[in-house]
Amino acid sequence: MSAATSTAPPGRAPARPAVPRRRGPRPARVVLHVALTLVAAAFLLPVAWAVFTSLRPYEETARKGYVSVPDTLTLDNYRTALQDGQLLPFFLNTVVIVVPALVVTLALASMAAFVLSRFSFRLNLPLLLLFTAGNLLPPQVIITPLVSIFRDVPLPGVLSSSGALFDSYWGVGLVHVGFQVGFCVFVLSSYMRTLPVELTEAARVDGAGVWRQYASVVLPLCRAPLAALATLQFTWMYNDFFWALVLMVTGDKRPITSALDNLRAGFFTDNNLVAAGAVLIALPTVVVFVVLQKQLVGGLTVGATKG
Amino acid sequence: MTTTAPAPARTPPRAAGRRRRPGVAHLGRRDTAVLAAMLGVPLLLSLALVWGPALLSVALSFTRWNGVGELTDAVPVGLENYRQVVTNYPPFWPALQHNVVWLVVFLVLATPTGLLLAVLLDKELRGTRVYQSAIFLPVVLSLALVGFIWQLVYSRDQGLLNAVLGTDVDWVGDSSINLWAALLAASWRHVGYVMVLFLAGLKGVDPALKEAAALDGAGEVQVFRHVTLPSLAPTSVVVLVITVIEALRAFDLVYVLNRGRNGLELLSVLVTDNIIGEASRIGYGSAVATILLVVSLGVIVPYLVVVLRERRGAS
Repeated sequence: MSAATSTAPPGRAPARPAVPRRRGPRPARVVLHVALTLVAAAFLLPVAWAVFTSLRPYEETARKGYVSVPDTLTLDNYRTALQDGQLLPFFLNTVVIVVPALVVTLALASMAAFVLSRFSFRLNLPLLLLFTAGNLLPPQVIITPLVSIFRDVPLPGVLSSSGALFDSYWGVGLVHVGFQVGFCVFVLSSYMRTLPVELTEAARVDGAGVWRQYASVVLPLCRAPLAALATLQFTWMYNDFFWALVLMVTGDKRPITSALDNLRAGFFTDNNLVAAGAVLIALPTVVVFVVLQKQLVGGLTVGATKG
Repeated sequence: MTTTAPAPARTPPRAAGRRRRPGVAHLGRRDTAVLAAMLGVPLLLSLALVWGPALLSVALSFTRWNGVGELTDAVPVGLENYRQVVTNYPPFWPALQHNVVWLVVFLVLATPTGLLLAVLLDKELRGTRVYQSAIFLPVVLSLALVGFIWQLVYSRDQGLLNAVLGTDVDWVGDSSINLWAALLAASWRHVGYVMVLFLAGLKGVDPALKEAAALDGAGEVQVFRHVTLPSLAPTSVVVLVITVIEALRAFDLVYVLNRGRNGLELLSVLVTDNIIGEASRIGYGSAVATILLVVSLGVIVPYLVVVLRERRGAS
């Protein structure tokens, strides 16, 4: 995409006066803006509704109905959700699972991508396809055997209170790595292929082994795709619901997204609290979206633009 | 996006040098070992955690096994599980039907809507970033959370929809409409995903081509049909694959809404029910998982062929 954008934009603005394009008449523009504003508002509505509901005391909505002009707006529901609902430990579970999984995924994927993109050997392409395809499988395809394998892999009690890979942070982290490495290898190898061969060739002539070629030459040039992937993978791993739901049975160990399910059954008694909980849980990814939108979109669309 | 996005795949950086990538034959023993480890560890993880279990799912689908004990205790039963699933497992056909409906709605409504929005927003339009952000926002939310948020809309007594319409419909509970309610929520997220993919693809369309066509008197629709659409072909392949895969993967949303029952059965739910549900029948679950695998490979393999062709062409 970056190549596409870097070649295209310079032409756009200056080209316009030279080649007067037939633009739609003004009213057409107005109609377009009105339509797009309505569409955008419709897309924001469910989230806005959640925020609105979360800010209202339950007593008032019970009395006046949910669709009503608010008398009071308060953060009380958030306080209740965080304190009584004990959301913080679940957020911590997410951090414990996602941060190491993210780092390991990117490290391993960049190594595999380096080998696959900078050297040619017979299994080059088949292996790349294997990585890529693995990430596209629906998780349900592999979950049944995975559960019994994870049950059979023992872990010392120090590492996991369940004594096995099943029902442990390790297991969920590991499956994130195994599943997401494929996507990252795909993205990183297509980026590394575009770096000139001469770069590593020069390092090799200077006596650098393959590890130094990787760590000191190629990797520092991959900051952009790594940042994009880190952003995207954080969102994906944070948003995972399925792996932790099936691979963990202890509710208290679950990361925040999977804990939603317990919380609804036990704690979220009214819609105002549900709304507050939903907004709190959405917050990290929405912040990432607002701050790192470019990286996020860049990571998401990388496979879509290669012509 | 210009500076940060990866994969400047369109530039032909090797055109000048045209040097081949080095082979591995001349490498020293140490370098070979390092390379083997760098590739081997991630490969092993991918095989052990994805491909191995996928094959095991297929194997288990031809056996009877109680799900505890050793995998070697599984008794081969041939096609019995498949026969049972299609004849004697009531949720199977509804689930299959719902997956098909899901896919058709995505293909016919959600994906084209995303394309339309991308085309409208690709123009030089004031505030286009704001529109894009609003439509993209749901994509960063998990499907489970999407379920939660839409519950606030669909809730019978406390929801937005019934309050506004003045109705008393059980949007999630009524099995004749809950699939459509779930699909609206799922599409809410899918449209933004598709839009952002097509927007990226549209950035790659050469504006000079469009200008030329416009100069030759082509109207906007004609320019779109004959210039824009053909250059979106690679993007469309990716979008198509993602659409099918998302339709097969759909699970979190219905599970949050009502555990995927009573009108919201999906193949993915059946697989999961047979592991963590009460009446777990590993053979049934594995048979359904194998069906999912075959269908997904049906789109993954053609996609990989496209990727492969591009790679060959590029190097």
